[in-house]
Amino acid sequence: MESIDWSYILAVMVTSAFGLQAIVFGLAAIGINIQFGYTGLLNFGQAAFMAVGGYSVAVVVVTFGWSFWVGVPIGILAAIILALILGIPTLRLRADYLAIVTIAAAEIVRLILRSVTFKEIFGGSDGRQAFADSFFEMSPFSEDAAISIGPAVINDRQLWTYTVGWSLVALALLITWLLVRSPWGRVVKGIREDEDAVRSLGKNVYAYKMQALVLGGVFGALAGFITAVGAQNVNPDVFKTDATFFAYAILILGGAARVFGPLLGTVIFWALFQGTDVFLREGIDAGLPIISLMDGTQAAVLRVMLVGLGIMLLMIYRPQGILGDRKELALDAR
Amino acid sequence: MHRRIVAVMGAMFIALMAIVALAAPASAEGQALGGRLENRVEGVKTPVPGVEITVVGSGFEETVTSDEDGVWRVELPALGNYDVSINVDTLPEGVGLTEEDKVTLEQVAVQPPLFGGLKTVIFPLGQSVTIQSSIWEQTAQLTISGIQFGLLIALGALGLSIIYGTTGLVNFAHGEIITFGALATWTLNAGFGLPFILAAIGGLLLSAAFGWLNNAALWRPLRRRGTGLIAMMIVSIGLALFLRNFYQFFVGAEKKSYADYAGLAGIRIGPISITPTDIAIIITAIVALTITVLVLSKTRLGKATRAVSDNPSLAAGAGINVERVITFVWVIGAALAGLGGTLLGFTQQVSFQMGFQILLLVFAAVTLGGLGTISGAIFGSLVVGLFIQLTTLIIPTELKNVGALLVLIVILLVRPYGLLGRRERVG
Amino acid sequence: MPDSTVSEGTRKAIAEQALADVPREPGAAKPDPILVVDGVKRSFGGLVAVDVKHVEIQRGAITALVGPNGAGKTTFFNLLTGFDSPDSGSWIFDGRDLAGMSAYRVARLGMIRTFQLTKALSKMTVIENMRLGAKGQTGERMFQSLFGFLWRSQENAITAKAEELLTRFKLIDKQADFAGSLSGGQRKLLEMARALMTDPELVMLDEPMAGVNPALTQSLLEHIKGLREEGMTVLFVEHDMDVVRDISDWVIVMAQGAVIAEGPPDEVMRDPAVITAYLGGHHDKALTDTGMSFTEEANDA
Repeated sequence: MESIDWSYILAVMVTSAFGLQAIVFGLAAIGINIQFGYTGLLNFGQAAFMAVGGYSVAVVVVTFGWSFWVGVPIGILAAIILALILGIPTLRLRADYLAIVTIAAAEIVRLILRSVTFKEIFGGSDGRQAFADSFFEMSPFSEDAAISIGPAVINDRQLWTYTVGWSLVALALLITWLLVRSPWGRVVKGIREDEDAVRSLGKNVYAYKMQALVLGGVFGALAGFITAVGAQNVNPDVFKTDATFFAYAILILGGAARVFGPLLGTVIFWALFQGTDVFLREGIDAGLPIISLMDGTQAAVLRVMLVGLGIMLLMIYRPQGILGDRKELALDAR
Repeated sequence: MHRRIVAVMGAMFIALMAIVALAAPASAEGQALGGRLENRVEGVKTPVPGVEITVVGSGFEETVTSDEDGVWRVELPALGNYDVSINVDTLPEGVGLTEEDKVTLEQVAVQPPLFGGLKTVIFPLGQSVTIQSSIWEQTAQLTISGIQFGLLIALGALGLSIIYGTTGLVNFAHGEIITFGALATWTLNAGFGLPFILAAIGGLLLSAAFGWLNNAALWRPLRRRGTGLIAMMIVSIGLALFLRNFYQFFVGAEKKSYADYAGLAGIRIGPISITPTDIAIIITAIVALTITVLVLSKTRLGKATRAVSDNPSLAAGAGINVERVITFVWVIGAALAGLGGTLLGFTQQVSFQMGFQILLLVFAAVTLGGLGTISGAIFGSLVVGLFIQLTTLIIPTELKNVGALLVLIVILLVRPYGLLGRRERVG
Repeated sequence: MPDSTVSEGTRKAIAEQALADVPREPGAAKPDPILVVDGVKRSFGGLVAVDVKHVEIQRGAITALVGPNGAGKTTFFNLLTGFDSPDSGSWIFDGRDLAGMSAYRVARLGMIRTFQLTKALSKMTVIENMRLGAKGQTGERMFQSLFGFLWRSQENAITAKAEELLTRFKLIDKQADFAGSLSGGQRKLLEMARALMTDPELVMLDEPMAGVNPALTQSLLEHIKGLREEGMTVLFVEHDMDVVRDISDWVIVMAQGAVIAEGPPDEVMRDPAVITAYLGGHHDKALTDTGMSFTEEANDA
């Protein structure tokens, strides 16, 4: 019976807190914060925006042979178009209808990306690989640059991805901060609580909702870009509905309608999520009671069970999350 | 009192799942793939000897020939996934596969529980007719499968609709209730060896209990606290995530089949070919839906349900016990969903995410028919089921759900209260 | 733009004079109408909620819209302000045809309404509620909002105006409190003050006294009179006839979706048709003599 290597678990927690998934879901959650946290729009299709971003850079390179850097503005444009397509019919609907429609739209996107019919463009269920070279060519880090945290090593490509990724997160946070303390933010918070009141003061509620949807969607596309270059692979299963749910969990955990909510949420979430995974695996190997009755797959599944349970407990007992203010929360609305 | 019942039921449920998982023996005795090849013509079965079957997998390959009883068997070196192919050239004259393209069964999972260490595989054989299906025949076939699918969706949609109508909750965990029914039935049938009909009844009762538990342990306390509807919807999403993975934790990721009624041959009725199982499924679904509709329209509790659905405060003022109605709605809704899952286990096979996979279609059906209505839910489901199947005439099968989902979005654009719903402000 | 250079007290006189010669009939033409409504109909299912053939609202006057419950007053408000669409009809506001115009654009043109169930945004502070009301804010546009220097000075001007209004409405001490912590009556005052941030021409108040503690009623009445003094036109829905008699220059009576009477308060209350609509009898008595008012108890008809 081996013992548990706590230093390894700690190292994994630290690297996960600041690693690829934290960046990606941080960006996705910032997007959802604008849409849901501040404007009250229940967009459950954020995974589709991420897919659009990720696939844009991949497809542009692999299918069309253009430069990676053309893919970025195309991805943003595609996200804007998707937001418009989703928004025009649905922004006049109630929140729960919007939730259903956005999940449906995300599923449509996933089915199309996965299909054999469009395999030539999107690569079917295998997706696309090897498109990110021009991204890494811009890296200032030399090939042997690396950082080790305990037993974990971050190589030069990852260093570049993380640098770019966290810079995007910082940019997104800055934009969020500037927006919410401005009159635009005020209108949007009013819409969250009572649309008709805001309408009666002469504000074009529909336009504001659309703007929030578009901006949140663009942040989702940024998350998709980082996913693509970080894994150097895009496939439809990376962008399942569960991704959207994780992003919501992260937002609620950190605190919806708080600028730094998504940041805090993503760091804590990934530290715990990966930490639990490693802990369980170590526990299985070490023959811990009860835990060693599981196998590796079950450990992975258990983690997601805990995320689901976490969402429930948060919404029931502390919907404002860590940073939020209960008084300001508009979640009690019908 | 209530809390104890809840605790007991919860414990029973966990115990059930655990027994299933732990009852699976480790691969001690050895494992094999096998089956019996029989030619079925108009109800008469004759064994087919001399046919070659090849099993390939994990670096292992073996070919055997069926004996005079049509029986064949291949001993396997280990548990795992194998491809099983039938050599159609070795079939006698006039005998062919009823499904021409199912020459190879791919990735058959040989995993516990295995009965007598044998995983049975079926190659349904019938008179070899080159099925030259005309568009008319295809349409007829798809219409039947569309109706069947629609009926199964209706079993889920009806529950979702009346739960929404009476409590305002959009229950994203409804798919997991559908899955629960299928898993409960499968556990009783393949795990405990109960004959399918008994297992199905057991599954139905367990689903009803599960619905009751959902309401008693979670939704009623939340309603009492005055939790908002959006918050409850997000809770239901968390619950769905939890349950889906809970199921996967205990029963694994592979699809499963029931031990009885597998692989029956189709009967030809006019232009269509339909198995007895399919007929039974359709009849069961129709009966269940009819009973439910009658209960909802004729009985006092049913009428009370419709009153609460229309206007809860008015109903309460008229002396209706709203909480009792809600309990009733959850029990009925879950029982129907569970039955739907059980029957769906034949057409889609049983898996931990089967309910989740059709949840969006259930939403599409309910939205189409009008959230909160009863006839609307059934009508919408049939439309969705038919639409999905019939569109495969034009669009590729893998994209058939896309059509239904697009219709959902279009309907919400044009008539958000559904085709049969009431015109209330939805925006 | 309302003209506030005329001295206090005279606007009432001007309004009274203008209305002196107007016939006391439903649909009577007014000398200087700010709003002219023609043939507006709205049915729900088979039920006719509103069927107003013709009505005109005099500019610069305080007009009361009264009628029993179910007369269609709030529906009428919703139709005029774009919160609901009629089956047919047109209405001209200051020369502009508003039919089919969405609610926010109606508000931008200067027709502001408040709500029966007050819509003060409880999760925002009082001062933020007020700032929200101001029109034409550069900072409300998404790109511009990112650059503080573009809207900072405008925000300061808005804040100054808001503080002035809050002082006038005696809410200034509560400016940093969440609107949800205010009493019902204070929230009504806030909603009215917020409406004034938009510099409206026509202020439509839906039951401004409902749910307000009687001590605050007098202050609310003074504020409404103050609106007229600043040159605004006021149209308000009310049940309490004493209130109506106290401040309104003109009364329009609705019943079962249609306008059944118009006139100065005293005359309208003596109109047999009005009394029938409310009581279904007692033709020989003036309405206030019976000691009744337009409340739910009086409505048997």
